[in-house]
Amino acid sequence: MTKQTDSVKWMTIGESGLTVILAATVFLSIIAAAKAEDAAYAFHVTLAGFASLASVFVILNRYFERGALPPQEIDGRPNYNFGPIKFAAVASVFWGIAGFTVGLLIAMQLAWPDLNFNLPWTSFGRLRPLHTSAVVFAFGGNVLIATSFFVVQKTCRTRLAGDLAPWFVVLGYNFFIVIAGTGYLLGVTQSKEYAEPEWYADLWLTIVWVTYLLVFLMTLVKRKEPHIFVANWFYLAFIITIAVLHLGNNPALPVSVFGSKSYVAWAGVQDAMFQWWYGHNAVGFFLTAGFLAIMYYFIPKRAERPVYSYRLSIVHFWAIIFLYIWAGPHHLHYSALPDWTQTLGMTFSIMLWMPSWGGMINGLMTLSGAWDKLRTDPVLRMLVVSVAFYGMATFEGPLMSIKVVNSLSHYTDWTIGHVHSGALGWVGFVSFGALYCLVPWLWNRKQLYSLKLVEWHFWIATLGIVLYISAMWVSGILQGLMWRAYTSLGFLEYSFIESVEAMHPFYIIRAAGGGLFLIGALIMAWNLWMTVRVGEAEEGALSSPGATLQPAE
Amino acid sequence: MRAILTVENFASNLVLTFWTPVFVGIFIAILTYALWPRNKAMFDAAARQPLRED
Repeated sequence: MTKQTDSVKWMTIGESGLTVILAATVFLSIIAAAKAEDAAYAFHVTLAGFASLASVFVILNRYFERGALPPQEIDGRPNYNFGPIKFAAVASVFWGIAGFTVGLLIAMQLAWPDLNFNLPWTSFGRLRPLHTSAVVFAFGGNVLIATSFFVVQKTCRTRLAGDLAPWFVVLGYNFFIVIAGTGYLLGVTQSKEYAEPEWYADLWLTIVWVTYLLVFLMTLVKRKEPHIFVANWFYLAFIITIAVLHLGNNPALPVSVFGSKSYVAWAGVQDAMFQWWYGHNAVGFFLTAGFLAIMYYFIPKRAERPVYSYRLSIVHFWAIIFLYIWAGPHHLHYSALPDWTQTLGMTFSIMLWMPSWGGMINGLMTLSGAWDKLRTDPVLRMLVVSVAFYGMATFEGPLMSIKVVNSLSHYTDWTIGHVHSGALGWVGFVSFGALYCLVPWLWNRKQLYSLKLVEWHFWIATLGIVLYISAMWVSGILQGLMWRAYTSLGFLEYSFIESVEAMHPFYIIRAAGGGLFLIGALIMAWNLWMTVRVGEAEEGALSSPGATLQPAE
Repeated sequence: MRAILTVENFASNLVLTFWTPVFVGIFIAILTYALWPRNKAMFDAAARQPLRED
């Protein structure tokens, strides 16, 4: 640091700029709330007004109370910025449990429709996007922000870029989640799957996401390590691609700037193609690339083994990037989309087998020389089993993208089972594993409160996943076969309601599986809470001691 | 009917004709970089990056 001449303190451009902008937002919110054309919009601008006002106070308070800005280094070692990461980690646990709970409720609604309570706010149609957004964007998104901010600092050996910017990203993103989630309950949606939030939420997310990209990029720019570690490549691809997808899929014209309703610019089959270009790459770059970054950092770290093949990781990265972006049309088989486009989507999906399994092998083989740790370390087991689920889901996906298979599987529960083997098994487990590593590191604890509780979490959740996906396979294929069964006279053999009736037992089994998964997450929340509260503090360095390596056996 | 040659459709034809070889070329360049024997030492060090402590 440059020497401090005297005690004269200035506001940074970020502090003064944000204060002015947020203060202006408070006034604009009041005007918008007064002129609002629907209740949900009025509610959201009021929330925005209060959030802006609170932020102005927090920024000014922080300014008056702080001394100089935090130094970049202390005693020649990077002064890592963990505050925003801690917030995102806590938020991910909170949203995870909320999202799993809503998932359990809608699973039970399908088995027992009375649980819709005959109210608009608790109907399946509104709770379903609440569930998907809560688990994907709120839980998964916070895990990705937390781990990316951690990994980029550690592997670049430098403090996170920006002073208020990392906080703006974390708090702004969670504010977006609140706006999106409450919007669904109030019936605000643009009816695009996984892109339901309306125009004003989309605009806000754009601002937050560009800031996220800048913080990440600027941290890379000021890195002390010459080489950019592969996990950061995956994070960067995730951040950039999500920005592009979000902008491509969401251009819309609001009916009024004082109302929530808007119309999407795309129409007809172009809209469908944009939607599934977005939708599938949300799977490819949010739920895959981002979490592969977690795999490439946390598995080597936990196993104390180097990445199995760094060369393979480079090929893995570029092959995934080149192929995934074309796979979207497999969501639109036998639709108005031109046939060649459908076949293109199918072909690229099948080609994805190679990089997906290459990446899986790279993650699993990182354990060479440390396989015995699977017996003793349930956290590592969770991370490794997640990679196994990744392999399973990425085998099943290309299979389902084949047109003839899709003609049986599309619109059935097979799809739901496939998604959940990826979401619960891969994304869920790799996130839990990362959180179990991250919380002791962030709060400077020697270890987790209880590894035994991690064992319980692991086995209860695994049993839950097995119940969930096997129930959905049976139910989905049953459903598909019933729909296409003809009598000898050429009539459909079953009415639709008969297929619904046949699925009832499987819906109950699925809800039981989801319930077990939720119980596992509650055990995790307790364990992490106790780790922070009563865990033994780590002395000196915040990372695990004795990182000396044994040669591979 | 003959297509009128404009800058736009010339550019789009160019992209349509050449993007496959261009992308294949880029990918081969990446493969070469990844498998180049002289880069091995650097990659071996990078593989240990998460394990190095500060």
